[in-house]
Amino acid sequence: MYINGASAISPLPVFDALSSGIDFIPGEGKRLTASEPAYNNLIDPRLSRRMSRVIRMGVATAMDALRQAGVSNPDAIITGTAYGCLEDTGIFLKRLVENGEEMLTPTAFIQSTHNTVGAQVALLLKCHSYNNTYVQRAQSFERSLQDARLWITENPGAAVLVGAADELTDFSYALLERFGLFRHQSGGEGAAYFLVTDNPSEKSWARIEQVSTLFEPGLEELHDLTTALLGGASGPVDLLLSGEEETDYNAYQYAELSTLLSSEMPVIRYKKYCGTYPTATAFASWLAAWWLKAGKVEVDGIQLPNPRRILIYQADPSGYHSFILLAAC
Amino acid sequence: MNREQLVEELKQQIIEQLNLQVQPADIVASDPLFNEGLGLDSIDALELIVLMQQKYRIKLANAEDGPKIFQSVDTMADFILANQTPQAG
Repeated sequence: MYINGASAISPLPVFDALSSGIDFIPGEGKRLTASEPAYNNLIDPRLSRRMSRVIRMGVATAMDALRQAGVSNPDAIITGTAYGCLEDTGIFLKRLVENGEEMLTPTAFIQSTHNTVGAQVALLLKCHSYNNTYVQRAQSFERSLQDARLWITENPGAAVLVGAADELTDFSYALLERFGLFRHQSGGEGAAYFLVTDNPSEKSWARIEQVSTLFEPGLEELHDLTTALLGGASGPVDLLLSGEEETDYNAYQYAELSTLLSSEMPVIRYKKYCGTYPTATAFASWLAAWWLKAGKVEVDGIQLPNPRRILIYQADPSGYHSFILLAAC
Repeated sequence: MNREQLVEELKQQIIEQLNLQVQPADIVASDPLFNEGLGLDSIDALELIVLMQQKYRIKLANAEDGPKIFQSVDTMADFILANQTPQAG
């Protein structure tokens, strides 16, 4: 599956990376907020006025990925989100309580559903194609990628828009912090969309070679999957993009994976740039594709010329583990 | 509140309720709210019905009257003045 257009919005300013490059500065503080572009040039202000932040981030990245790939109407739109449209959900529920379940305005209700981002993209494009949203915590993006692969397999030549979006609101941040989620890590948010096809083109950034998931694996299961993944890969992995945090509940599993790959392999922890959120692997995928397209990795003191394969591994505290292997075209 | 004040208040409330990227002075009270003019749509119509109910305590008895009442800020103001019941106290 080839990425022919890719766009991301994250706490690390990357939306304009194609024109301005990326200044890799890790986020600071307990809450990393997305660095958003000026939307007026990207979305009609008459339409964006109703959109919450997560919808604007999703729509802007989706439109940008389509524009890069030169696709005006994709054959499928597939989105992953764990939290959905939290801001609108909060507004709707607050009004529900304040107004005694009466006189509720429709906009927040309509836009509180998880599939709003994918639906808004389709509405803007007047696209009546397959449109699905996966909501499966820290595997929402991975499920979307797997569905994209199935769609392309069943429909050769199809152009599929696939991505993920999640937002952190004041209220959700306060709640998640109270649960202890950000004790050792920063909260994050962001959106990333990719236009994928079954064949490469001159616009291709990278190839998504494998997507695998596990739930609460033991070390043996982790070992077996990694061995199978590396055995099925088209060549050796050059870099591990790791979801590991400074102090991580699953540190032993990250260590095990690093050992299985190679103790010499360079490792970059991507969450210091985007914060922790369930679909952060979408940002990591964008980053991997960016480096594979650029043909070099220069960050964190790592100088890696001509990388061919980058493996993304995330062991989420919820028990969901995911592996996404990207390769150069 | 006289009619002129009501028209200005309505413009402000419509902008806030619908998150429009315009100033009150940009809205001509006699211009159509839907399609041409401000370009509002059916979701906005529902928002305006709720606005009327919340701020002015006026319920639309007949939905078919909607297009006439919400034709412009002027027609909204006329409808409010004709139907508003004085607040107790």
